Amino acid sequence: MNVLEFTFLVWTGSLIAGFLGALTGLGGGVVLVPLLTIFFKVDLRYAIGASLVSVIATSSGSAAAYVEEGFSNIRLGMFLEIATTLGALLGAFLTAHVPLSVTAVIFGLVLIGSAYSSRRTRQRTEVTEVADPLATKLKLNGTFPDTSGIRHYNVYRVPAGFSVMFGAGALSGLLGIGSGALKVLAMDQAMKVPFKVSTTTSNFMIGVTAAASAGVYLSRGYIDPSLAMPVMLGVLIGSLLGTRVLVRTETRRLRLLFSGVIVLLGIEMLFKGLTGNL
Amino acid sequence: MSWKVQNWYDQRIENIIARLLRAGVLAAALVVIGGAIPYLTARRLTRADYHSFHNEPAELKTVHGIFQSALSGAPRGIMQLGLLLLIATPVARVVFSVFAFAIEGDRRYVLLTMIVLAVLLYSLFGSFLMT
Repeated sequence: MNVLEFTFLVWTGSLIAGFLGALTGLGGGVVLVPLLTIFFKVDLRYAIGASLVSVIATSSGSAAAYVEEGFSNIRLGMFLEIATTLGALLGAFLTAHVPLSVTAVIFGLVLIGSAYSSRRTRQRTEVTEVADPLATKLKLNGTFPDTSGIRHYNVYRVPAGFSVMFGAGALSGLLGIGSGALKVLAMDQAMKVPFKVSTTTSNFMIGVTAAASAGVYLSRGYIDPSLAMPVMLGVLIGSLLGTRVLVRTETRRLRLLFSGVIVLLGIEMLFKGLTGNL
Repeated sequence: MSWKVQNWYDQRIENIIARLLRAGVLAAALVVIGGAIPYLTARRLTRADYHSFHNEPAELKTVHGIFQSALSGAPRGIMQLGLLLLIATPVARVVFSVFAFAIEGDRRYVLLTMIVLAVLLYSLFGSFLMT
């Protein structure tokens, strides 16, 4: 395949991934690496580098759409970014020291896990614990607009949330993904932050987290401009289109289909890792 | 500060941040396209090969090198500069937050935000030391 054909096909594939990722809320980043390694036979390191760069593009590009809603919690995001950026630095450091086959296996498991967590229905138990004094001290408790006016919420179990965020950062740095699903889990499930606040705050954090490992990737030579170019431009345009269409589409079936694709890609990555066929 | 004023202030800050991020991404995409056009024109018939990892040339791996390469007009250098600009947008957001918290007089958050900034700057400028 010559450069022009390759660039065009990668661009198209990334555009579709970004579009479906935004439309289903599952994120496009998670399918980019398997797309590049399985279908385009790209080395895992280059694929991870290109994917990470495009994660920054989608996070920053869609921030405007999220902010207008007025849900995200800046202090909570900034505080947790200490955990995610340190985790990301560790993850990026590990990419060079963990065998590629192990990275591929972890990737496969993360893919399957993220498809599974999107299928699970969210169940919330009523909060009976006392508010975390740390949350009060750090001014993490917040408000958000609701149909019935302004609602107040408290943040619980700050240390637990902080620890999960460190893990989310490490996975992001190791695999070149946004790990938005895990970030939402940390806030929504561990810290009992309202779901809407969790998703918008998570989107804000993804870009900063990814930037923390991007520097390491750059100095390792994982970011190849000729490959990252079509990936980043494709995902960016695709995800912007996806968020536009999102408002007027029934996405339940599409989500199911896309989750299925993610599971298949996960199995393939797992297989590649286990057989060492990279 | 009452929560109402706080909320209004936070909302305004976030709007500025969102505009900053969008402008950064747009600028980055334009620079990447600016490098992509000469790159594709010159190399369109070369065989694309990413199957094996052969690292990147030294000038595309450091902030200083990327600027030099882009200024010399190398298409891959220009594309890499666009990607660097993209990586810099979240960093700019954190820098902006340091000032926003300082104006608000929230010393604790100025400190917390500077920790995040230190990690980001280390990754961009110091991580080649960590191999």
